[in-house]
Amino acid sequence: MNVGLEHYLVVSVLLFALGLVGVIVRRNLLIIYMSLELMLNAANLALVAFSRFTNNLDGQVFVFFTITVAAAEVAVGLALIVALYRKRQTTHVEDLTTLKL
Amino acid sequence: MRLDLIPWIILLLPLLAAVLITLFTQRDRKLSAGLSIGAVVAGFILSLIFIRLNGWARPHESAVVWLTLGELQVDFGLRFDPLSLLMMLIVTGVASAIHIYSWGYMSEDRGFPRYFACLSFFTFSMLGIVLANNFLELFIFWELVGVSSYLLIGFWFERPAAADAGKKAFITTRLGDFGFLLGILTVWTSFRSLRFDDIERTLATNPHALGTLATTAGLLIFCGAMGKSAQFPLHVWLPDAMEGPTPVSALIHAATMVAAGVYMLCRVFFLLDIPGSQALVVIAWIGGFTALLSAVIAMQQNDIKRILAYSTLSQLGYMVMAVGLHGRAPAMFHLSTHAFFKALLFLGAGSVILAMHHEQDIWNMGGLRRKLPVTFWTFMVGTLALAGMPPFSGFYSKDSVLGQAYEHNLALFVLGVAVAALTTFYMFRLVFVAFLGAPKSAAAGHAHESPPVIAWPLRILAVFSLIGGFIGIEQLYGKQFPAEQVEQNTSFARQLIAPILDSPVASSTGLLAVLVGFVAAYVLYAKADKDPLPEKLGALSRAMRNRFYFDEIYQATFIRLHDLLAAVAGWFDRWIIAGLAVRGTHGTTELVGRALRLLQTGSLQTYAFLFALGVALVLYLALR
Repeated sequence: MNVGLEHYLVVSVLLFALGLVGVIVRRNLLIIYMSLELMLNAANLALVAFSRFTNNLDGQVFVFFTITVAAAEVAVGLALIVALYRKRQTTHVEDLTTLKL
Repeated sequence: MRLDLIPWIILLLPLLAAVLITLFTQRDRKLSAGLSIGAVVAGFILSLIFIRLNGWARPHESAVVWLTLGELQVDFGLRFDPLSLLMMLIVTGVASAIHIYSWGYMSEDRGFPRYFACLSFFTFSMLGIVLANNFLELFIFWELVGVSSYLLIGFWFERPAAADAGKKAFITTRLGDFGFLLGILTVWTSFRSLRFDDIERTLATNPHALGTLATTAGLLIFCGAMGKSAQFPLHVWLPDAMEGPTPVSALIHAATMVAAGVYMLCRVFFLLDIPGSQALVVIAWIGGFTALLSAVIAMQQNDIKRILAYSTLSQLGYMVMAVGLHGRAPAMFHLSTHAFFKALLFLGAGSVILAMHHEQDIWNMGGLRRKLPVTFWTFMVGTLALAGMPPFSGFYSKDSVLGQAYEHNLALFVLGVAVAALTTFYMFRLVFVAFLGAPKSAAAGHAHESPPVIAWPLRILAVFSLIGGFIGIEQLYGKQFPAEQVEQNTSFARQLIAPILDSPVASSTGLLAVLVGFVAAYVLYAKADKDPLPEKLGALSRAMRNRFYFDEIYQATFIRLHDLLAAVAGWFDRWIIAGLAVRGTHGTTELVGRALRLLQTGSLQTYAFLFALGVALVLYLALR
């Protein structure tokens, strides 16, 4: 079986959808955060696939940058979550209601 | 020009006194009264000095530009001519006597300093009316007089009757002032000036400057006088105003404020006396009718001050009638003598009320002649002057009014004579019942004469009530109104008998009326313990006692109508404006806000879900 662009994109969409569902239904911030990363990587996969099948390296370069920025973002995000946990002793979104009326 | 500073000082002294008392000396009773009395007495002396230096017949003005708005230039100016100067003299003179009298009369009162502050403020406003040289200035002082009279009538505001009387006086006169203001606006649109001088000059060259508005303008301006001078149908406030302290009644409701209407009519006579204007006819008849109506009512009043109040109304009717019959000099003459003898009568009544410990019903008095000799004799002078007995001042002025009526309108002349008879009747009824006969109550038996501070103003005013008729007052007014041919430069003896020589018919019928009134009063009341008239007149007497039910009629018609209108307007405001418009807008906004608030759950995941939904929608729309 020849693997084509569609296959990659389907995998990417599946990953993205899983991530989105995770963000929407899970209550633990850490899990939500992981789901977000999943969505990010789904996008990366789509970009790499497009790059590969159109013979254009721009997509690859994009992904490099995305991964770099994502690494930084993960560092900051995790630090925030840890700080939040230290402060509130919880990472459940239902308990984080300071902004609610 | 430096001479013209004096009237400015005269005008501003009472205001200064009022301000000083209100701001600084409220606690010091003597100082407050001293300031107020000092201001007005100084004003009187300065008036004498000014007239001495300036002379009578040199009409001029002293004005500063107050404001300029486009075409409209309003001066703040004083006008000096025989009319205003003599009025200034009378106002400051009578006010001086009343201020001094008040020292004695009000000495027990808690609000002593406040009283004098109001009194000074009133004097200031009244002088402003007298000296004003344009309509707007006149109107402003006119309203200030209204305010200060409100303050003074309602001086004993703890008593609901006094508070109501103050409101009634203010609102009723305001009703007339509304017409007055419309009249001033009419004048302004026609003449493009508010200065009396300019208007008079324009009218002299072009008598038809007002066109078809002549009658309307005249009557609208008369509305102001109708309110202030308490002419029918706006006469109802004056008797109620007797709730104020008695010196206030003397100053405001006898000598000065109510005279302001007549004075104003004389001042703007050039606007009334226009060919084609019917205003003067209406004015004359309203004056005559008021004179008769209130004289009839006065016959059956039992409150000493109310009798005098209705008598004031009646005499004001005389003056207004005289103005309506082209008789400005007689009107002003009667105004001047009336100021003396009516102030005297009110102050005498005040002295009686004080001696009787605030009993005002004449049927509880009696026999006061022996207990209060000074009050009695001065009161008699006032009564004789008011009745028009020669040689008292009232005889001369009333005769010149009657003479004027005899020449111009026979019907009004007959009416005037009838009023003269009624006047004598009710005044002698008052004297017989209150001062003569036996004491009718214990309080009347124990009455004591008032202190000198009260007795002396009575004596002084009595002198003027006696001689006021032949010291040349009418001649001075004649200088102001040359058209009226008042004889000038007459000898003292000639003045003394002038009425008999000039208008024998008027003076003899007038005297006859006095005699008839006196005899009627003597027969009915000389020995009476209770009023014999109610039995003889029945329902008519009841109607007279109840002032012909004017208050009730107004209550049932105008006030009811007004209440209805107010209720409708209130309903409209509450339900349509506030309810539908304001509450509606506010309610809709709030409802939408509440609905939208439901979207803000505060849950991150809901937002994420909605966000995803939104993205999906956008993608669907973009890729469709």
